[in-house]
Amino acid sequence: MPDIHLSPFISCLSWTLLLAPLIAASAIWLFGIHRRRLAANLALTGMVTSFGCALWVFDQALRQHSHAFAWESSVEWLSVPGFTVSFGVLLDPLSLLMTLIVTGVGSLIFLYSTAYMKADAAFSRYFGVLSLFAFSMLTIVLSPNWIQLFIGWELVGFCSYLLIGHWYAKPSAAEAGKKAFMVNRVADCGFLLGILALWGISGSAASERTLHFHSLQARLPDLIASGAIPSSLLTLVGLLLFCGPIGKSAQFPLHVWLPDAMEGPTPVSALIHAATMVAAGVYLLCRSFWLFAMSPVTLSTIAWVGGLSAILSALLAVVEQDLKRILAYSTLSQLGYMVMAVGLGSPIAGMYHLSTHAFFKALLFLAAGSVIHGTHQQDIRKLGALRRSMPWTSGSFAIGSLALCGIPGLSGFFSKDAILVLAHERNAILYWLAVSTAGLTAFYIGRAWFVAFTGTSHGTHAHESPPIMTGPLSILAVLSIVGGYLGIPHFLGHPNETIHWQVVFTSISAAGIGLALSWLIYGRHWLSAQKLVLALAVPYSFLQRRYGIDEFYNAYVTHIQQRFIAGFCAWFERACIIRIGVNGIAWTTYYASWLIRLWQTGKVQTYALTFLIGVLGLIFHLIRQ
Amino acid sequence: MGELLLFYLIAALMVAAALSVVGSRLPIYSVLSLLVVMGCQAVFFVMLHAYFVAAIQLLLYAGAVLVLFLFVIMLLQLSPEAVAYPRLLSRPAIGITAAFGLFLILRTVFFRSLAQEPPLADLSRPHSTVEAIAHALMTKYLLPFELTSLLILAALIGAVTLAKQQASDSRLKR
Amino acid sequence: MLTLTHYLIVSAALFAMGIAGILIRRNILMILLAIELMFNAANLAFIAYARAWADLGGQIAVFFVITVAAAEVTVGLAIAILLSRQLNTLNADEVSRLKG
Repeated sequence: MPDIHLSPFISCLSWTLLLAPLIAASAIWLFGIHRRRLAANLALTGMVTSFGCALWVFDQALRQHSHAFAWESSVEWLSVPGFTVSFGVLLDPLSLLMTLIVTGVGSLIFLYSTAYMKADAAFSRYFGVLSLFAFSMLTIVLSPNWIQLFIGWELVGFCSYLLIGHWYAKPSAAEAGKKAFMVNRVADCGFLLGILALWGISGSAASERTLHFHSLQARLPDLIASGAIPSSLLTLVGLLLFCGPIGKSAQFPLHVWLPDAMEGPTPVSALIHAATMVAAGVYLLCRSFWLFAMSPVTLSTIAWVGGLSAILSALLAVVEQDLKRILAYSTLSQLGYMVMAVGLGSPIAGMYHLSTHAFFKALLFLAAGSVIHGTHQQDIRKLGALRRSMPWTSGSFAIGSLALCGIPGLSGFFSKDAILVLAHERNAILYWLAVSTAGLTAFYIGRAWFVAFTGTSHGTHAHESPPIMTGPLSILAVLSIVGGYLGIPHFLGHPNETIHWQVVFTSISAAGIGLALSWLIYGRHWLSAQKLVLALAVPYSFLQRRYGIDEFYNAYVTHIQQRFIAGFCAWFERACIIRIGVNGIAWTTYYASWLIRLWQTGKVQTYALTFLIGVLGLIFHLIRQ
Repeated sequence: MGELLLFYLIAALMVAAALSVVGSRLPIYSVLSLLVVMGCQAVFFVMLHAYFVAAIQLLLYAGAVLVLFLFVIMLLQLSPEAVAYPRLLSRPAIGITAAFGLFLILRTVFFRSLAQEPPLADLSRPHSTVEAIAHALMTKYLLPFELTSLLILAALIGAVTLAKQQASDSRLKR
Repeated sequence: MLTLTHYLIVSAALFAMGIAGILIRRNILMILLAIELMFNAANLAFIAYARAWADLGGQIAVFFVITVAAAEVTVGLAIAILLSRQLNTLNADEVSRLKG
């Protein structure tokens, strides 16, 4: 069993790590809201402090003899008889890796934001919310129990809402924020039910129940072995808990909010909607993998949802024209890979891909942000030949794209390959779905590259971004290249596998075919894209309509929810609550007081009479006994 | 037997006088009827061997208080009050009903224990001499006794203050 | 034979009449007189109980009641005079300023 206790030094470090962004956020909201430089410096300081602490803890962790350490430090936060909620930090390889990604990528993106958001009026608000987000995300990652995790879960959702709607004066941004919030509510409803159900099955008496990760892990297998928990209940709990990741990691069919979330500032898209928050769902699956693993039905559901999300989103990315939305669909697709990896039984493969994806997807988004910053344009058809005017940006985008495609040697290759090997072993259909997704990935990212960065310029006066933006790009580019050699699976307790040549060959050919096709169509115009669209009009329009899922939701909301449920609620409020309840109380009071006022004549004798009647009643009552 | 007869006689006189107190149109008649009630009361007190209190009753009540009433009535020169016949559900009607109800209830309470009660004549008598009362007042009831003197002083000052206010004082006028 | 109850019944009758007087009369002087009637009823009960229980306390209580009644009548009559001077009426129904 790993050691649970934390040395005071590491405990102090880990609390600093968690609280630094919160302190920064509070300071920004209290003092920095009208001081732009102070706000940016506070946010950066908080984030870099966090990152420094994470590195330090990491250094300490590497000195351990075994990699199966689990340090925990918590304070009692809320206690009622039979139920205690603690707030604390749990450091094990999984959370430490995630913390490093969140704080590391976060620091780079914070730095990038100072330049990207320079002209924004709500600069300080942006950094305040971003710091709060960093704290919330660390709350999830470091949480030792489900309650704290849920609190962080909701907080990141809230920050995401604020940041998507950062430019709230723009109707589409406000709508997108609202949509993200709503969709996540639907998912979190199931998630919360799952947590409550988990609490319910965690012990026979209320005082034995717990939501603590380690206690659960120590206790539940025994309970299941003794037959106290039926396996169907366990499956139900697993599926309910999986609702959380479906919403947060935007898996089908609740993926609709993520493409719209691209209305937010691009660094936000990079940090929240690509590298960290949406990965929280995958992180959760890995954190409680043992729980999902006890139910084969849950596990296969997770795998299939992930696999289908991967290919369906990749298909959508093919027809998208907006650079950021292409990347958003790509994120969906890659998240699908991760979820599928967990569902197929390897959380380490999922976390591995999560880490490399965080590097190269943040890189792609920041490069896209740099493009938007330089050209004020994000429709790829209106971009072109950026390779010459924005060399740094283009170079980073190219590296990110190649890593995404899984070109050998780059980080994406190793992690994606691990998942493909896994799928090859476990499930043939999912394997071929994943391979097709890999081909499609190569095709859509190649299309974006060839349309936006090569070819002819469309008269946009692009200029390279300042070094404060290209700096983070370069660092992320390096990380995207070397991410596969850092030994992430080894750190998580899994030795590097031998290379499975057949899978490698298949995936490389899929990526190669995808890239080649995109080069032929968009690079060399060997095949006209317009003709292709005309030839494939029916599937193309179906994809353009995004499988009609948005329309379905709209129809449901307008025709069923608004008309019947909301209509009933409105009627109920008007008729029952307002008319009977609120006005009823007012009228009752009014007439009752009118009645009582009649009694209040001001004449002493009336009062005497009332008094007498009261006395009579009292005596009568007494003598009856 | 003669005592019982006397009791009924006095009781009948007393109730009749009390009815007159409540029912006569002129206040002066009411006061005089009350005087009769006081007299009967004094007789009852004597019958109950409360001689000192009977004396006080006549001196203080019949003598001082009722004379004060008479003075005020003469001072204010009251006109006879128009006695309106009480209508159903009016305050007087309800008042009479309630008062009668009170009487019935009290009667019920008192009759309840009538059967096992011994005649008063068989009972031992309290030492109702002036000496006994004075002794009790000066020892056991000294504090209430002294407080009563304060009360009377307060009433005296209050009455003087109230009565001295002239018509020019318009505090009661709106 | 004459018992305690005989006196108590008379006392109850006097008390009920006093209450009726308070409730039905309008003249404030009459109300004060009715109150005196009720005092008498209470006094009668006190004395009767003092006799029945051979306790001097009842007589002492009557002594105090008479004293307090004297004080009450003094203040009550002073108020009646004041009312008659200031509001020119002794009708209790017209004095409804307790209504506020």
